Amino acid sequence: MSQSDLHHNFTPGPERLKAMLERMLLIRRTEEQLGADSRSGELPGNVHLCAGQEAIAVAVCDHLSDDDYVGSTHRGHGHFLAKGGSARSLIAEVHGKSSGACGGLGGSMHVTDLSKGMIGANGIVGGGIGLAAGAALSAQVAGQGQVAVAFFGDGASSQGILSEVMNIAVLWKLPLLLVCEYNGYSEFSASATVNAGLIADRARAFGMPTEVIDGNDLEAVWAVAAVAIDRARKGEGPSFIEAKTYRLRGHLEAEDGFLQAPYRSEGEIDQWRTRDPIPRLAQRLVELSALTATDIEALEANVAAEVKDALQFAHESEPPGMERVLSSVFVDQRP
Amino acid sequence: MVKMRLTQAINAAYFEEMERNERIVLFGEDVEVSMFGDTRGLHARFGSGRVRNTPISESAMTGMAVGAAMAGTPTICHLMFSNFALTGFDGIANQAAKLRLMTGGQARLPVTFVAAIGAGTSTGAQHSDTPYPMFMNLGGINIAVPATPADAKGLMKSALRGFNPTIFLLPRVRGATAGEVSEDSDFLVPYGKASVLQEGTDITIVAIGSCVNHALRAAKALKEDGVSVELIDPRTLVPLDTDTIVASVRKTGRLVVADEARDRCSAASHIAAVVGDEAFSSLKAPIKRVTAPNIPMPYAPALERALLPDPEKIMAAAMLTMAG
Ligand SMILES: Cc1ncc(C[n+]2csc(CCOP(=O)(O)OP(=O)(O)O)c2C)c(N)n1
Ligand SMILES: [Mg+2]
Repeated sequence: MSQSDLHHNFTPGPERLKAMLERMLLIRRTEEQLGADSRSGELPGNVHLCAGQEAIAVAVCDHLSDDDYVGSTHRGHGHFLAKGGSARSLIAEVHGKSSGACGGLGGSMHVTDLSKGMIGANGIVGGGIGLAAGAALSAQVAGQGQVAVAFFGDGASSQGILSEVMNIAVLWKLPLLLVCEYNGYSEFSASATVNAGLIADRARAFGMPTEVIDGNDLEAVWAVAAVAIDRARKGEGPSFIEAKTYRLRGHLEAEDGFLQAPYRSEGEIDQWRTRDPIPRLAQRLVELSALTATDIEALEANVAAEVKDALQFAHESEPPGMERVLSSVFVDQRP
Repeated sequence: MVKMRLTQAINAAYFEEMERNERIVLFGEDVEVSMFGDTRGLHARFGSGRVRNTPISESAMTGMAVGAAMAGTPTICHLMFSNFALTGFDGIANQAAKLRLMTGGQARLPVTFVAAIGAGTSTGAQHSDTPYPMFMNLGGINIAVPATPADAKGLMKSALRGFNPTIFLLPRVRGATAGEVSEDSDFLVPYGKASVLQEGTDITIVAIGSCVNHALRAAKALKEDGVSVELIDPRTLVPLDTDTIVASVRKTGRLVVADEARDRCSAASHIAAVVGDEAFSSLKAPIKRVTAPNIPMPYAPALERALLPDPEKIMAAAMLTMAG
């Protein structure tokens, strides 16, 4: 953290912070619902929750419009909602319903909403990096000032495609922001056992403005992303943010069913709970006299109603039929 | 009509379509110099925005091509040799071939991967593969294997006007083959429509890519022996025009399939299986496949020649079938 390439003194202002607090809450409560549905056996597949990491998705996406692109990961619910996807389409998708974002054909690891520039969660670790870089190339050729963001984990930083993309993005000055969500684990392996050196140093070696920040501090993420995205829009090329964070849930919800021994300590989890970005931002807004206890209750109530509505929507929706599948393989061509 | 080589026909297709649709971009390693000649002149004409040399980074190239296509930019990703598609296979196999389905039909993927296939010039086992059987098994990507300059041009133009991911495989030994090509800027060859190169009554030969020329020569020799050959080039393996093939076998009762891929799970074995299912009662003899053996391709020219399909092998298979 010795070097600061994306220095800034922007602040979002209380109203925008409040909106971002509500977005984070929506992600958290939506995922709590999906986690419960997973553990009860109601969900067909598995879910990777991002609880604890919401500030990164929300703060970065606050700078983006529907014309900008986000490439995501297997842990993509937060990116989906932060990019403007609806709780209804997310919950219905994960429940495998035709009304879901992808008609129930993609599932949790593939939630996509192209109308919002969310080019997809991705089941291949590192897959979203290449797609986002391609979207950045498309944006550059189109010349309308669009940008692309790739979110990926610390584990994904070991994929060759990241090095390849960093090289090309710098050479071509792509309007790309690479955001490493460093939560300290790649599945059940501590990052230090699978990543040599510092990930941010790899980005610096390619000559990219790079910043390591506290990913649980929404304002810090927001301010750095502001600079990086502004650079990208102005044609000044890619930047890299390594945001330190922690996932408060397991790698996947089902992991308690097969883990024979814990791979991280309760103490560590408790310690990170005290740094949860949601109460942290709420506290900050209270300190700024921009939020009261009543406001927080109202936000919670709004979000709870939205999640309840989305769940009911999913329950009332039909599963997809084979016709949807056959028309979703090729354009104007039967498989 | 104008006479040109197969690589020139592809070049003409790029030029015409990139003129027609100014959003199309093309990138790949050394596409400015162009080892095969198919991308020659594009950089000078369309500039560094739309025609880009890439680093040797096939993972990024295939992934980025898909991402750019998803974002609305039709993209040609030139991979040089098809073996290099394998170092960039994620973008092809897990992304291009799957994303439209996984997004519930939201994504349109106008991406065309171009690569050379085939042995016969002693490039060794890592530059000699014919890997379309692997691609045929991916589920959501079209595959073109043109054998003539006209088909090369028409199939490339169709790929570039469409919205489906496509692997365009150029049989390398056919690159210099010359043929008449339409100059009509709207000349297109559809996907999933086989070309019947000659009609016949005694035996059907289905030949793919480099085998088309071998089969033409075999058919000529067979004619001298009084055997009437119906010769079919599927041109695209996905979609595959099984209707034309099955109808032909129902008429002739005999089938030889010539395919340079290794035999195991080849296009030939797939076509044989389909015909076995759909035209079993018409068959007068067992179906024969002329393919490469299930081993990597050696370097020495005599061994390459011994292992690859050629007119004599196709002819021998046809004679066995006729005797059956
Ligand atoms: C190419 C590939 N290899 C392995 C996996 C299995 N896998 C899924 S998530 C994961 C760990 C990813 O770690 P990280 O990138 O840090 O993301 P996090 O789960 O921590 O958010 C692995 C190995 C996969 N999905 N894709
Ligand atoms: Mg991680």
